[in-house]
Formats: sequence, C-alpha cells, structure tokens
Amino acid sequence: MEKVFTRPNSLKDIPMHYCPGCTHGIIHRLVAEAIDELDVVDRAIGVAPVGCSVFTYQYFDFDMYQGSHGRAPAVATGIKRVVPDGVVFTYQGDGDLAAIGTAEIVHAAARGEKITVIFVNNAIYAMTGGQMAPTTLMGQKTTTTPFGREANSNGFPIRMSEMLSTLDGASYVSRVSVHDPKNINKAKKSIKKAFEMQIAGAGFTMVEVLSSCPTNWGMSPKEAVKWVESDMIPYYPLGEFKVPSEV
Amino acid sequence: MAKILMKGNEAIGEGAVRAGCRYFFGYPITPQSELPHYLAKRLPEADGVYLQSESETSAINMVYGAAGAGARVMTSSSGPGISLMQEGISYIAGAELPCVIVNMMRGGPGLGNIAPAQSDYLQAVKGGGHGDYRVICFAPASVQEIIDFMKDAFELADKYFNPVMLLADGILGQMMEPVELGEEETVQIPDRAWAANGMRGREKKNIINSLYIVPEDMEVHNHKLTKKYAEITENEQRWEEYRVEDAEMVLVAFGTSARIAKAVVDRARDEGLRVGLIRPILVWPFPVKAFEKVIPHAEQFLTVEMNMGQMVEDVRLAVAGRRPVHFTGRPGGMLPVASDVFQEVKKLMSGGAK
Amino acid sequence: MLESILIAGFGGQGVLSTGQLLAYSGMLENKYVAWIPSYGPEMRGGTANCGVTVSDTPISSPVVSEPTVLIAMNRPSLEKFESCVSPAGIIMVNSSLIDIKVQREDVRTIYVPANDLAEEMGNGKVANNIILGSLIEMTGVVSLDMVVESLKKVLPPRRHNLIDINREALEKGMQLAKNAGEKTSNVS
Repeated sequence: MEKVFTRPNSLKDIPMHYCPGCTHGIIHRLVAEAIDELDVVDRAIGVAPVGCSVFTYQYFDFDMYQGSHGRAPAVATGIKRVVPDGVVFTYQGDGDLAAIGTAEIVHAAARGEKITVIFVNNAIYAMTGGQMAPTTLMGQKTTTTPFGREANSNGFPIRMSEMLSTLDGASYVSRVSVHDPKNINKAKKSIKKAFEMQIAGAGFTMVEVLSSCPTNWGMSPKEAVKWVESDMIPYYPLGEFKVPSEV
Repeated sequence: MAKILMKGNEAIGEGAVRAGCRYFFGYPITPQSELPHYLAKRLPEADGVYLQSESETSAINMVYGAAGAGARVMTSSSGPGISLMQEGISYIAGAELPCVIVNMMRGGPGLGNIAPAQSDYLQAVKGGGHGDYRVICFAPASVQEIIDFMKDAFELADKYFNPVMLLADGILGQMMEPVELGEEETVQIPDRAWAANGMRGREKKNIINSLYIVPEDMEVHNHKLTKKYAEITENEQRWEEYRVEDAEMVLVAFGTSARIAKAVVDRARDEGLRVGLIRPILVWPFPVKAFEKVIPHAEQFLTVEMNMGQMVEDVRLAVAGRRPVHFTGRPGGMLPVASDVFQEVKKLMSGGAK
Repeated sequence: MLESILIAGFGGQGVLSTGQLLAYSGMLENKYVAWIPSYGPEMRGGTANCGVTVSDTPISSPVVSEPTVLIAMNRPSLEKFESCVSPAGIIMVNSSLIDIKVQREDVRTIYVPANDLAEEMGNGKVANNIILGSLIEMTGVVSLDMVVESLKKVLPPRRHNLIDINREALEKGMQLAKNAGEKTSNVS
C-alpha cells in the first residue's frame, strides 16, 4: 500500500516531551517539512533557546544549537556570518522573544540579518509554570496574574509582528495559527516562504505562530484551540505584515 | 624585520588577525576602543567580519554562534561589559567552544571609571559566571607580549575547547611600544569536525549544547570539565622570574603592576637588597610551581596590584601558610608608584611588619 | 641612559603626537621606548599629557611617575607636575603661555617662548618641535637627524612639505638651549 503521510526526514523518530494538546509538535513538523521540501537539510542550522522548546535540538535531525534565554537571534547572527550559505533559523517562544530577548530580535531584524525566526506565541510562560508572558492577553489568568492581567499593573500585550514589520531590515513578517487544518496549511506555506526567501538571499524573515498551551491555560486541548480562535486571533490578527515588494 | 610603534589595543587586533581570527563581535566601551576601530578596518581587508552588536550580551552570544560554527572568533570589552557577558561565557565553557575574550580592565565597582585598573582579577580567574568552570587567562605586560600571546590564546582555546581571556588594563591598551610583527604566517586551524555548520553529507548531526537535564549526566560533564581543568593546570602554568635566584623578598605582580614591580626590584638590587619578582603570565592556571622554586630562600612575599587585593588570595594559596604574604596596591584607576612600593619593601625587609 | 619625559598641555596642542614623535625617534635609534597617554575628560580643550620613556636597557616600568624631564606646554601643567620631577631633572617651560616661574631649585629649568618663536617662523604648529629641539640638545635622548627621519615616517606624504620648517624649528630650539646653557651653566 502506498504511504500517503509520513514523518518528515528531518524530524527524528523519538518521543517528544511536549504536553498533550500542545501545538509545538505541529510547528516542529511544519518546519521539518519545509526543510525537507526545500532540500536544505544539509545546510539547515537551528537555534533553540530556553523555553519549552529548549530540547528542540533533540528533535530536528540536522545541526542544532541550544542557546541562552532570549539570545537566539544573536547566536544565529554569529552562525550565519560564518556560514553564509547555511539555512539558519531560530525557534523562540514569546517570553524568550518578546521579553528577555527584545533587544536581540529587534536588532537582528534591523540589521536585516539573513535568518528565519519561528516565533511561537502561546501567551504564557509554559516551562516555568504558567506565568504572565509579554503576550498574555488582557484579563487572562496566569500564575502571576491570578486575578487576570490588568493594565494598571501589568500593562499591555505586545504585538511583535506588527512592531518588527516597521523595520527596514525585515523582509518578511507574518502571523499564522495552527488551531485547525486549514490554518495549519496556511502556516506551512508561510514558513516555507520565509525559508525560501532566506535561501534567495533576502534579509530578516519571521513567522509568528499562535500556539495553544492547554496545561497552563487550564483547558482541554479542544477548548484550547477554540480559545486561540475566539480570544487570541482577535488581538493577534493573522496575515502577512511585511512582504517583499514585487519586482 | 623592522620594528613598528604600536598601541596595545591595536596590537590585540593585529595579533588576532595574524592568529587567523576573522570574526569580531563587540559593543563600544572605553578603554578598549582602539581595538574595534582597528578591526573594523582590518578584518574586511582580511575577508573577515566585524560586527557591532546591540549589547555585550548579544556580542558574546554571537561569539557562541560563530565559535559553534567553527570560526576563530573573539570579542572585547571592559569591566561592566564583561559582567554582561558572563552568562554567555558560562555557556561557551559549558558547551566547550574555543574563543578569545579581551578584558581591558578599568576602575570599579559599578560604572567606576575608565582609568586603568586590575579590578576584575577574581572575576576572570574564578570562573566569572554561573556554574563550575574556568577560563584560561593571559596577563600580558607589554605590547610585544600582546602580539605574541594572541596566537597562543587562540591555540590554547582550540587545544582545550575552552574560552581564553586576555586580561589587561587601560595602560597596556593605550601604551605604545615598538613591536616586531614578523612575517605573516599562514595559520593552520585545527579540523572542525565537531562544528555545527550544516551537515553537508556528514552522517550525524552536530549539536552545540550546555544543557544536561539529567543530574547524572550533568555530573559526568562536570567531571569531564574538571579533568580538563586539572590537565590545563598541570601543563600550562606560565610565569616570568626576575632576579629571584637568591631573593629574600619576592614581589608578585601581573600586567602593568608587574612592570612597576620590576622597577622596584631594580632599585632594591641597586641598594643591595635581595628582591625578586614572580610575574604570572597566565593568571589562570595560576603558576603555583613558581612558588615551590623560591620558597626555600624567600622569606616573605609582597603582592603588588592595581586593586584592593585580589591575586594575593591565589598567592596565599600557593604559599600555603609557609611564609608571610603581604599586599600593596592602588585601586580606582590610580597606579602604584615605584618609590612607594620600594618603601614598603624596605619596611618589610627591616622587620617593619613583623 | 634612561629618560622618562612627561609632556603636558591642553588637548589640541599636539602633546600626544609630539610624544609619539619622540618615541618613534628613540625606536629608530634602536633604543627601548614606551609611550603612555593620559587624557582629560575632553579630547579637546581639556588637559592632555603623555609619558615617554627612552632607555638603553629594557624598560621596567613605562609609567612616568617621577619624570626626569617635564615639558609644560601650559600653566596648569606646570602647576600640577612641577613637584613630581625627579631631583636634578629638567623642567622645560613654554613661556609663551606660562607667566609664572618654576619654584624648585633642585632642577634645571629652561624657558622657551615656543608659540612666539613659532609664529615668528610663520607656522604656529611648530611650537612643539622648538621645545623638542631644546630637549634633545639638553639631554641627547635622541639625535636631530633621527627626529627628522621620524617625521618622514609619521607625517603622511602630503605633509612632507612641512619637514623643512620642522627641522628649522628643532634647530632653533637646540640653539636656544645651547645659548641658555652657556648663560646658566652654573645653575644646577
């Protein structure tokens, strides 16, 4: 019988540590598929800093770096400058990219660093126990906003894609979601596009992926993907915020 | 070959390029600025990359990435910037990557000032960041040594898969002395089969990592690092002995303060006093072997530093209570004055401190 | 021979480059040399000084804390550094800009109206080399020819037209020191 669906070659066949209903696995798969389809596994180099995805170096079957919290864009910069033909990407969470690592992501984008950033936004610090993230929504309850995030003491969530798309160095910035098959397909296209652009020599590319965290949101996996649609997407609209100008 | 007059900071840059370093990532800070200025011109000439980062934190992480990808790479900073780099240096030590970090020390703590000091000795030789690690640490005392040690620094980094620091002060950075550059040699960089620079037909992927989530694994890694540090301690102690053969009083000093101490030794000898100097060339590993040689005739030691007493702790460990170890120094960007140190020597030798 | 020379003045007076020229000359004579700058907070208008050590033997300490020669290009420099000159040392005073006298009697002193003489020569910028001329006459730390040789290396080719006037300035300073030496030969 013909196999119509298989594990991507560049994803290892080992158990992942992610919680049930977490969409990191889907996003890993999309990245691996893009790498496979573009036939660049031999020059793919990934950087995963601290966060739930810190073990990502075990899952991808190509050269990987584990980096310090927030600094993946700097690490990727060092790599790409040494290996200009490498297909270099970072895989960062929201606490990593939008809080501790804001300087690194902003300046990597401003420099037009030829790297791709996969930004997984699940509106919470998951690995450390469900604390408020820079992307936590207003009113959202977390372990450090037990009464819900409120503006007076916690300020407002950051829309990183919109912010970074204002920078001249950014070539491609999009926001996608993986809460249903249709959006997973769209996300795949966007991720592949970002990698294609990097391979073609474009500057900074980033795909923000809205992701669910049933464990720390206190929801079932099904409720969680619904919440992405009902609560996250209205605040974090999907779409392409920066696209290459047509020639 | 003819000598040329060169500033210490520029000598670091030229020495690095001649040692095969082609990548520099750094953030501006005084008093090391002539080095980035020099490399911003020199590296592009040598087909290298000079990149001004958004912070020292970023700079050291760029170094981490570049070192992991197999490059000969360096960064440079001073006091506050080196503090910001410590997390990254710890990662580099944990992941066992070769690189060179320059610390052109200044007065501290806090913002301190930009005047020459030796205020970061303990930070440099005791690890500096979190976790259980050591950084190989050169302490040059002349512009010629800077040129010569850059090559050694990169080679030791490669040999031991360890970050190497060049610990100097603003005087050495700003000072001009004649240097012999010699012929520019082709540098052989050891094979980088471990580098994570894309698999390119390699069968197994390479991983650059310092994470060992299972305590048993972390312990194994710690033991492996410790074994390496012991090997470095055994093999790489380097020091200069100056007129110590019969010295009753042995001065101990590194870098610029060693230059001052040397003048004190000369003055003391002119007056018939048996005074010598041990100058650690590497401050980690600390040259404990040098002390075993002089202990039989040395009656006391005097450490001279541009701080409030840091290396003196290592001198006391090396002397291990067998002789008195005294300290004199000036902090905050002030320099010990040779005549003051000489007075201290005379006082101690006449039993003044007993 | 070991001379440790402290050159001090305003930023912008060419103090640092004069020191470099001296160090360069010493190097060309195969002597041991070291040059150390010390900047004030401002690059221009503030105080600037540098120490130059020239020696026949390896230089232990390049730090000039007790200079054998002080070249004071302005009044604050003289006031600040007069006391640290080593006994029997030399204090060279740019009397164009310094209207006070040296208080110490255990040093040799020479007053050189460097800026005035330079203006007379038609180029204010050679003031430093007039003093440098006096220095080499009084100490023999380097030779005139070597300073001129160094100028050729230190100045970019497009400035080589200035070498002659600088040589004249050096010679003027030498002559001045010679005359002063004859007049005050009994002043220790």
